[in-house]
Amino acid sequence: MYIYDEIDQKLVDERVAQFRDQTKRFLAGKLSEDEFRALRLRNGLYIQRYAPMLRIAIPYGLLSTKQLRKLAQITRKYDRGYGHFSTRQNLQLNWPKLERVPDILAELATVQMHAIQTSGNSFRNITTDHFAGVARDEIVDSFVWCEIIRQWSTFHPEFSYLPRKFKFAVNGAKSDRAAVAVHDIGLHAVKDEKGEVGFRVLVGGGLGRTPAIGFVIREFLPWRHLLTYIEAILRVYNRYGRRDNIHKARIKILVKERGPEKFREEVDAEWAHLKDGPATLIPEEIARIESRFTRPSHLPLPATDAGLEAALAADRAFANWHKRNVHPHKKAGYAAVTLSLKKTGVPPGDVTVEQMEKIADLADRYSFGELRVSHEQNLIFADVQLSDLHSLWQEVKALGFATPNVGLLTNIICCPGGDFCSLANAKSIPVAEAIQQRFDDLDYLHDIGEIDLNISGCMNACGHHHVGHIGILGVDKSGEEWYQIEVGGNQGEIRPGRGASLGKVIGPSFARAEIPDVIEKLIECYLARRDSDAERFIDVVHRIGVEPFKESVYGNADQRAAHRRGQLASA
Amino acid sequence: MATLIKERRIVADNWHLLERGPKGELPEVPARGEVIVPLALWLARREELLARAETGTLGAWIDANEGPEALAPDVQRFPLIAVNFPRFGDGRGYSIARLLRERYGYKGELRAIGDVLHDHLFFMVQCGFDAFALREDQDAQEALSVFDTFSDGYQTSVLRPVPLFRRRLGAGKS
Repeated sequence: MYIYDEIDQKLVDERVAQFRDQTKRFLAGKLSEDEFRALRLRNGLYIQRYAPMLRIAIPYGLLSTKQLRKLAQITRKYDRGYGHFSTRQNLQLNWPKLERVPDILAELATVQMHAIQTSGNSFRNITTDHFAGVARDEIVDSFVWCEIIRQWSTFHPEFSYLPRKFKFAVNGAKSDRAAVAVHDIGLHAVKDEKGEVGFRVLVGGGLGRTPAIGFVIREFLPWRHLLTYIEAILRVYNRYGRRDNIHKARIKILVKERGPEKFREEVDAEWAHLKDGPATLIPEEIARIESRFTRPSHLPLPATDAGLEAALAADRAFANWHKRNVHPHKKAGYAAVTLSLKKTGVPPGDVTVEQMEKIADLADRYSFGELRVSHEQNLIFADVQLSDLHSLWQEVKALGFATPNVGLLTNIICCPGGDFCSLANAKSIPVAEAIQQRFDDLDYLHDIGEIDLNISGCMNACGHHHVGHIGILGVDKSGEEWYQIEVGGNQGEIRPGRGASLGKVIGPSFARAEIPDVIEKLIECYLARRDSDAERFIDVVHRIGVEPFKESVYGNADQRAAHRRGQLASA
Repeated sequence: MATLIKERRIVADNWHLLERGPKGELPEVPARGEVIVPLALWLARREELLARAETGTLGAWIDANEGPEALAPDVQRFPLIAVNFPRFGDGRGYSIARLLRERYGYKGELRAIGDVLHDHLFFMVQCGFDAFALREDQDAQEALSVFDTFSDGYQTSVLRPVPLFRRRLGAGKS
């Protein structure tokens, strides 16, 4: 955890006072609905379908058990007893009362938390690899860089009214577990031949209704120049990003309209004025931020544990869980563990207050009092001793968080959808549940192997459907809910050689009840065509193309034409 | 008439803002009085207006879709430059203000005009504005309280050119 100093704390406290005053003026009729909207959104407060929704920031997904207990307490006191972890690594409450939100923010501030810039046309919560600091392929600890950028972006006076929201991701390891290519700006840490740390900078990626893969604006940006360079990008965007059409206002549209080369020239011209200025980072600041992070005090342990090996051999259910939900750690004798929030029948990402409190207790006992929220909407205990894995598994299982499906078909990323969200065209949670029910055989799931299935209830793409190996999008057709299927998306280069890609729509959409059958056909198509079980679904799609998958769902081109003729004849 | 806050006080305003006509035509410049002319007018009639500028009664205003670059060689001729906010959510004026102050060294009055609201003044001040022609419905007395909303800021800004991380370091050493 990054521990606030006095100034960090004071700014958050002052934010609470500011929002309390704004809410008071709104309730007194001194602020119009429209004006208050811009202010409440940058404090994470939406007015939703049934009630307000409050999005609480969990900077880069890192949470202490003290904070989690406070979140549980707030959820119990001000809400209906459960919260929703989102794909931006935030926590959303769906039923708070508008007039009590200042009190919620005040309570959050007591544990160094807030809802700053979790919505609105502002620089949003920065996301990163949920294995930051523990991954074996680490280049830098991305938390440190996330915190530096968090501070720079918090209440930035020049960039507080951007044309549109701005999403930023940092990846500090060789594998890209932060999906940097589908963010407004993505940083991928690299080292040059001298071992100096820098960043490959990608700009103009994103999901939403115009999905795009970011382009590499700079192959190697030395770390000292990080803030001045971001400032140059943001200034070009703030000045020239479109403000006439909300759907064309993201930076990806500016990059597309200018062309990447022209955009790069403009950024470089702006940067020439800022480079080497006072915002140039210094080693002392990096060291200061690093030193304010609490670090687990790992014990010197052997790389293997005999008790663990025995339990794996004796207990197949435990071995299944270990295979999917336990991840390697850079320190010998430790592992990272995923608590799956994807149990069939529970909306993905949802957690009750009782569960929050029990998770906090477990994290205190097993993982140095800290945990992470992943953008796949699971929770991570990052520092668990190998010798504790079996007993942790038993406790997690009792809580319902031991579904051994991380990386598998039922580990679905899913937005809250039409059950909660006023933007949604269709429900998403019942679709996830129907798929999970269809694929409830664990052996079959393991046989299918690694696959990302993502569901969004509308084209705003909060469920990241464009980068699911299979993506499902809820669409509205004259008041009815339909679902479009995409195939071939990939969130980033998690495995070497398979970079980020966007899915392609395979054809006309389906009714909700048809979706499990469609998914089953796609899976059967994959299983029939894979070379071996080492070749994943996404690998097969890239090898043979989308057409065979289309055929498996709609029949071949002739059949489709005949079908259409039949439809026309009967019409 | 909008209320003017200048250097954190409510003050009388003698300046007259000249706007374009309904078809975008440039206005006439009255012979007397303190006037703020559109950037385009200054650029079109620069030669004839140079003498007027010498008298200190000529200001210029920049719209959000215009750049301060065109005014760069002339900024010191003006005792007042205004930047228009067509809508409160339009953030371009913040960048324009910083460029005028930081890049072009403008030292005179920098005035925010247009949709200028209570809750936006704090960021405007950080970006170099020192005068605010509040939208008519705003309570100026109440707005005076917002300048101290935050006691510090992380970034470089016109008010704090040295970022917090360098100042923190200095404080740690002393």
